[in-house]
Amino acid sequence: MHMSDALLSPAVGGAGWLASAAFVAHSTRRLAGAADPGAPALMGLLGAFVFAGQMINFTIPGTGSSGHLGGGLLLAALLGPHAAFLVMTSVLTVQALLFGDGGLLALGCNVVNLGVFTCFLAYPLLFRPLVGVHATARRLTVAALLAAVVGLQLGAIAVVLETTVSGISRLPFATFLAFMAPIHLAIGAVEGLVTAAVLLYVTSTRPELLHRKHAEGRPLLPVLVVFALATGLLGGLLSWFASTRPDGLEWAVGRVSGSEELPVPSNGLSGALARWQEKTALLPDYSFGSAPEAEVESLPDGPAWPAPDAGTSLSGLLGGVVVLVLALGTGLVLRWGRSRGIGARVR
Amino acid sequence: MRGVRFTFPDGSEALRGVDFTIHHGESVGLVGANGAGKSSILLHLAGVYLASEGEVRVGDWPVSRSTLVEVRRRVGLVFQDPDDQLFMPTVFQDVAFGPANQHLPPPEIEQRVGEALAHVGAEHLGQRPSHRLSGGERRAVALATVLALHPDILLLDEPSAGLDPMTRRRLIRWLGSFEHTRIVASHDLDLVLDSCERTLVLAAGRIIADGPTWSLLTDAALLERAGLELPLRLQGSPVTPHR
Amino acid sequence: MTPIDRAISHLHSLDASARLDSPLGRLDARAKVLVTLGFLVTVASFGRHQLLQPLPLVILLSAGWALSEIPVRSLGFRLAIASPVAVLIGMWNPLFEPEPMLRLGSMVVSAGWVSFLSILERFLLGMAAVLLLIGSTGVDAVAAALGRLGVPRVLVTQLLLLYRYVFVLAAEVERMLRAHSLRAPNRPRPELRTVRSMLGELLLRSLARAERVHAAMLCRGFAGELRAVTPLRLGLGDALFVLAGLGFLALVRLADLPRAIGNLLR
Repeated sequence: MHMSDALLSPAVGGAGWLASAAFVAHSTRRLAGAADPGAPALMGLLGAFVFAGQMINFTIPGTGSSGHLGGGLLLAALLGPHAAFLVMTSVLTVQALLFGDGGLLALGCNVVNLGVFTCFLAYPLLFRPLVGVHATARRLTVAALLAAVVGLQLGAIAVVLETTVSGISRLPFATFLAFMAPIHLAIGAVEGLVTAAVLLYVTSTRPELLHRKHAEGRPLLPVLVVFALATGLLGGLLSWFASTRPDGLEWAVGRVSGSEELPVPSNGLSGALARWQEKTALLPDYSFGSAPEAEVESLPDGPAWPAPDAGTSLSGLLGGVVVLVLALGTGLVLRWGRSRGIGARVR
Repeated sequence: MRGVRFTFPDGSEALRGVDFTIHHGESVGLVGANGAGKSSILLHLAGVYLASEGEVRVGDWPVSRSTLVEVRRRVGLVFQDPDDQLFMPTVFQDVAFGPANQHLPPPEIEQRVGEALAHVGAEHLGQRPSHRLSGGERRAVALATVLALHPDILLLDEPSAGLDPMTRRRLIRWLGSFEHTRIVASHDLDLVLDSCERTLVLAAGRIIADGPTWSLLTDAALLERAGLELPLRLQGSPVTPHR
Repeated sequence: MTPIDRAISHLHSLDASARLDSPLGRLDARAKVLVTLGFLVTVASFGRHQLLQPLPLVILLSAGWALSEIPVRSLGFRLAIASPVAVLIGMWNPLFEPEPMLRLGSMVVSAGWVSFLSILERFLLGMAAVLLLIGSTGVDAVAAALGRLGVPRVLVTQLLLLYRYVFVLAAEVERMLRAHSLRAPNRPRPELRTVRSMLGELLLRSLARAERVHAAMLCRGFAGELRAVTPLRLGLGDALFVLAGLGFLALVRLADLPRAIGNLLR
């Protein structure tokens, strides 16, 4: 999932940019060292391939839902981690620029979430050793499945962390994680299977395509055991963390359903109404809703929450409307002015 | 080319001993069925492929790793799919790509781009993005990208593929106006008939005939051996055509 | 229209409007990138309950739109259908912040709803700003500007090539999916098995094309670096634009304009 600008605080966004810039600098240096003459064209085309390939939505067997290729792991398998990371960065940048996927502020976070974990953790630590020197179909599938699942799980955890730390969404960490982890388990599994299938398809005709640098095979079993242990440990840690936080989803829902009768401060709606009416000479005919007063009367006494200052709210709203009208006017007047002036010419 | 053989990394043989010499100013057609080795020959002449065996010479230069820069300065290859050739954001930048790589000063680059585009009648396309061109425009700009390098030898791979009849006719006229050495690889035998004096017929990685275009392309038996058939305009009209 | 057609025509429309001559389009891409980044940081820096204070930013967007050639329809359409991730996550806020915050007549709006609306607002403001940047500048110029602003050349080259060939490959995908829908009219989407060969085929073609493109580069003297001849000139107008843009952003951030205006009117 793409992290979104709308959920991000400037600090977290900036940290994401710094982290991704560091990885871009590192990858650039590594690529400059390994002068592969075919690289620019190959990287460019593979970037376009991932971009275009993501447009193919397919039915996930057994479910009604659809999915598409992510591409990070596939790129790493074909290009090696450094070039793959740069390609992934370019794909995410163009997506942010053209489709608003995530947004520019969140770009750094997205590059970390979807590029760094897959290219610099899942690929070298899981995929590469599991595939080994002699890639059989089985090894390739297992490796792709595990690497994709882990890469996307880490990405999902990062999204949750970034969102929680930013503090714009109020979704509690544990709830959000409980929601994201299973979804990304499924997404990761599909990603792994598609990656393996596509790799098998192309290497059956062109076996030389698999990036083989630093290819040292490791026996499958120990890696799997270590992986299982790590997963168990992480799961245990997370569930411990979740249980120490009382703000689970049920709690929240119960809390909210309990507060169906919204606690309205008791200084009275009618008073506020009168005050507003006096002050709003600009809008004499404005009617303030039609909620029956009886409902308001039945509310419990005593302000449960600090009372919002009605006057402040109103002047803000009024100003907001004026500003929007101003904005619309600015745009229309400017465009009108231009259309009367020189028409658009092709540059 | 002397005894040139070329084998792809997957083991398939593209060229199995090719010999020919082309002199300055000649226009030569290279015809043959799919996979006969037309493109491979062009790619050897441009130094993209290096012969597994035998020797390729361009002018005074043997084509080898150490002479690639010199060879490519003299040879201009126009690819079959203009999309492969137009990789820069705008037409201007695409045509300027080659001169810029020769480290020419910017005013000269601009002049070269202007001349090349004017030569193919595409001056008005300069600032257009390459992906927004029609098939004919693409072809014209692809030619311009090569002309901007002032090559001595022009290599064209299927230049008429995907062109409408009018555009194709313009291309043929244009090919006739080019005074340098040119080699045209094509299935379009009518195009070869119109624009080349000499023709090489290829089959399965070997040259099976080399001679004046007119006599080779009227030889139905020879063409059949090469997986081709008579140029369309000669089909069904046994009378001696006029040129 | 399939989603791919839509995506491609969206790309084309942004690209086309960026190539039209307009006051905003004439500005240096670096100036626009800087102001856009400033805009995004400003939007993000508001508290999640400051729903009204960012509204004056719309004036900047509106002026930017008016000084560009972006058709309002494509802008509005894109804003309406854009990815709903922010909405999907933001919509839980009303559950977690039931404190009352705003009153509209008899209606009390809880803090959660305010912050939810704020998320929507952030999303719309940010997305509109980025679309304005691209729709008045184009990916090529933005990439060139990024290069001048210190982004490594490898990445700039990569962005340019990616963008160039997205159009070619997307057209290939479109043809594949059309062929699929003709042969499997009862399935809206291909199945995993079909997709394997579709993606595999697309990948093989992309790789083959990469080799040809590389050859085409070599034939024209490519020596490892794409030398773009993009004229970028920072003029007085650009400096003024950056100053005015950032100044306005600072004003909106530091002073609560809507409230000030509201107080003035009452």
